[in-house]
Amino acid sequence: MPEHETVGPHGSPSREVGDFLRRRTEQIAQRWADEPLFRTVFTVSRDEAVEAGRIVVEALAQVADTDQVHDPDAAGFTVVREQLARMGAARSRAGFTTAQVSNDVDALRPPVENLLLADLPEEDSDRVRECATALTVLMGTLRLVVLETALSEGQALIERQQLQLMEVATPVIKLWDGIVAVPLIGTLDSARSQVVMETLLEAVVDQHARFAILDITGVPTVDSLVAQHLMKTVAAARLMGAECVVSGIRPAIAQTMVHLGLDLGNVITRASLADALAYTLHKLGAGIVDATPGGAGSR
Amino acid sequence: MSHDFSRPVTGHVPVLRLGDILLVTLQGDLYDSAAQQLQQDIGETIVSTGVTGVVIDISGVEIVDSFLGRVLAEIAANARLLAARTVVSGMRPAVAITLVELGLTLPGLRTALTTEAAMNLLTGVDPDTRSGGLRRESR
Repeated sequence: MPEHETVGPHGSPSREVGDFLRRRTEQIAQRWADEPLFRTVFTVSRDEAVEAGRIVVEALAQVADTDQVHDPDAAGFTVVREQLARMGAARSRAGFTTAQVSNDVDALRPPVENLLLADLPEEDSDRVRECATALTVLMGTLRLVVLETALSEGQALIERQQLQLMEVATPVIKLWDGIVAVPLIGTLDSARSQVVMETLLEAVVDQHARFAILDITGVPTVDSLVAQHLMKTVAAARLMGAECVVSGIRPAIAQTMVHLGLDLGNVITRASLADALAYTLHKLGAGIVDATPGGAGSR
Repeated sequence: MSHDFSRPVTGHVPVLRLGDILLVTLQGDLYDSAAQQLQQDIGETIVSTGVTGVVIDISGVEIVDSFLGRVLAEIAANARLLAARTVVSGMRPAVAITLVELGLTLPGLRTALTTEAAMNLLTGVDPDTRSGGLRRESR
């Protein structure tokens, strides 16, 4: 934008916009306090909204001073980023879409523009246009910063939840002395199956488990990738000296696996977790005896 | 000081005889020459003593590569030719994961969680299976 670099009698247009913003901080803040973006966030008192508006205007003036009106990474924005994020988040929580938030920010522009035009009546029209353009660019950048902050906020939330899901979804349960089980719930991807494998093997060491049961009742689909992950886990458990049993393959899934030609090789499979437990108990040499009266005598 | 710890096992890995079983404990990195020597030692000891089992304890091995995987498989194959069974014991989770990711599932190798379990496996003195056997007999 070459017109920003032309230096007039009062410095470059963006510098002049900076001066104007500083001169009119109070009025702009007052007008912004009535705009929906500020009004809905600072509901308690109008003074608070005015104060917030003042901080934003000062930040904008600082950005304008450094001729960086088109740069969202300008140093001036870092001060207000948190505050803008708060406002953006409040609007999203209220059920507004990103586009609506964007419009809210855009609504801040007209009041400032009117003030600017009123401030420069005696300047020639080219100069006024240049200043107005600089202001528009600056407000556009502010809008970008607000949206960027709001989006990164959402991204961070998703990442946090992914991590939580990962932790919650892979519990290792001790079923018996020497028998541990992992009930797998949800879709298995590489990252999750890696976590499953690690936690299962750690549990095998900690609990001195001779048997590990992988229950896939909660896994909605089994494709070749999931089958491969299962085989890997079974192989790793075997290398450590534990025997792995896969249980909970539903009929439909069994059919799919046969159709796909997936070969689980020499992996031991059982229909349900109960069957797997019975099998491992039997292998451990622990029998289950009915406690019904007379049951033992009649045998 | 740290130099002493990181020094590779240049000499030979000790091969201990416990009754009918040879116990080999690997610690740290195993280099080509030591691996060669170890395979030779195990073979000669099996022949001279007539043991029936070999336990390789790798609980002290933290880092594994395809070389170690191959060495383990070769020792097991050697021992089998000499009529001895090999059990690898004490593999760490990270090592197991690495071997599987490398595609080395070592199908011909028997494994155990601890050295004790490995000894029981070879000598057949497994308290759990024995009690299971007795229970079945009593029915």
